[in-house]
Amino acid sequence: MTELLQQLINGLSLGAIYALIALGYTMVYGVLRFINFAHSDVFMIGSYVGFYLAPKLGAGSVLGGLAVLFSAMAACALLGVIIEKLAYKPLRNRSTLTVLITAIGVSLLLQNGGQKLFGPNPRAFPKLFPETQLHFGELTVSSNQLIVLAVSIFLLVMLWWIVHRTRIGTAMRALSFNATAASLVGINNDAVISFTFALGSALAGAGGILYAMNYPSIDPLMGTLPGLKAFVAAVLGGIGNLPGAALGGLLIGLVETFISGTRASTFRDAIAFAILILILLFRPAGLLGKMRVEKV
Amino acid sequence: MLEVKNLTVNYGAITALHDVSLRVEAGTIVTLIGGNGAGKTTTLRAISGMVKPKAGQILYEGRDITGVPPHKLVGQGLAHSPEGRMVFANLTVLENLRMGAYLQRDKAVIARELEFVYATFPRLQERAAQLAGTLSGGEQQMLAIGRALMSQPKCLLLDEPSLGIAPLLVKSIFEKIVELNRTRGLTILLVEQNANLALQVSSYGYVLETGRVILAGEAASLRADPKVREAYLGG
Repeated sequence: MTELLQQLINGLSLGAIYALIALGYTMVYGVLRFINFAHSDVFMIGSYVGFYLAPKLGAGSVLGGLAVLFSAMAACALLGVIIEKLAYKPLRNRSTLTVLITAIGVSLLLQNGGQKLFGPNPRAFPKLFPETQLHFGELTVSSNQLIVLAVSIFLLVMLWWIVHRTRIGTAMRALSFNATAASLVGINNDAVISFTFALGSALAGAGGILYAMNYPSIDPLMGTLPGLKAFVAAVLGGIGNLPGAALGGLLIGLVETFISGTRASTFRDAIAFAILILILLFRPAGLLGKMRVEKV
Repeated sequence: MLEVKNLTVNYGAITALHDVSLRVEAGTIVTLIGGNGAGKTTTLRAISGMVKPKAGQILYEGRDITGVPPHKLVGQGLAHSPEGRMVFANLTVLENLRMGAYLQRDKAVIARELEFVYATFPRLQERAAQLAGTLSGGEQQMLAIGRALMSQPKCLLLDEPSLGIAPLLVKSIFEKIVELNRTRGLTILLVEQNANLALQVSSYGYVLETGRVILAGEAASLRADPKVREAYLGG
């Protein structure tokens, strides 16, 4: 029983990170109908921004840790907007395949640029927050896990609020449903697309920080696997569907953690892709994906 | 208010509009009639910037707006209620209407316009919290017009308001259109399959055929024209 609860907490804190990344995939898909494969590398950049800023912003205290987190989010938001402006916007009226291949190109650029700039070797990620272990009976929860959960929940609520309660969020939903009609009511579609990239990339940046806090070794290729799993999470929930992406992320995190705890632990990375194959075979629209879903 | 001069629009190798010219005086309802594929919708799309014309000029209130993208025209008082209605099915009726006033930052103005739209189409107020995708065709048409009205247009491009709607509702929607024109002085360029109805509410009309204006005149004289009667009014 204790072990089950323990795994549940581990799984949720991993899944929350996948959820944050998956939301970026699904939001960009909502407005532009393509998978931004460079998203996982924005996640990696988020970790490196944290790595370099941690000593300067007084990491190790709660305020310092939060400063690093928000700086990484801001830097990634900016990076996302720049990537969109330089790489994707010129291709606005081209086929999705062209944009998709460009996204892979941007991903390779960030990975190899990262190896050049940061060096190819793994680096130890500094401590951002004061760390303790909390014991509840036989249950052990690290403070970092709680921070991951708290920050993720906060960001998910913020995102929900932006998408559903603000003018620009409503414009995102309108644009994702019908871009032509959106421009006819006066929405500047390019501005909303930029905003979407900023939002999604900021979440990826947060994911990068939270991931590095729990798996404290970072390298320029670190985005690939979590990125792919988050992509699977987005498809699992129903691509374009925001609650779906959050749900998919949590499920992938849980399944992966429970598999790790069994004798089949070497399959923990493969399980996400097995889920992808199953979902594509049996429910290609995803768990929450219907015709009439809310898309962003 | 609106003037189109020698407009030519191509879709790839196909010429959709050929040398089309028309005028819409302020405060009037002008209609474009013609069969399927005559170029009526394309004319509206070119005016609101959804398609780029190959040649020709579009003047709105004396300004050249040729090739200006749609989102920049809404703020100038030129609204387009498009073919197929294009309501945001994933948003509620109220959210759709608020999106219609996207460029309006003054909450008091938005509230006033919302009240006006609700007064015009009380059905929309009853359905305010419902997703637009769950509305009937007629209600969606009201919503499309209401959404366009939220931007406080001086000139409304209205595409096929009668399409796929029960006859009784068509009549009531057309009454609203005339009312908007009379009470608000709203200038309307109306595209309509139902030529009889369109000519009844308009003061001037243009007949399009395969991308060309083949006939133009006072609505009353078009209704009396034997060629128009035979081709579009059912004899």
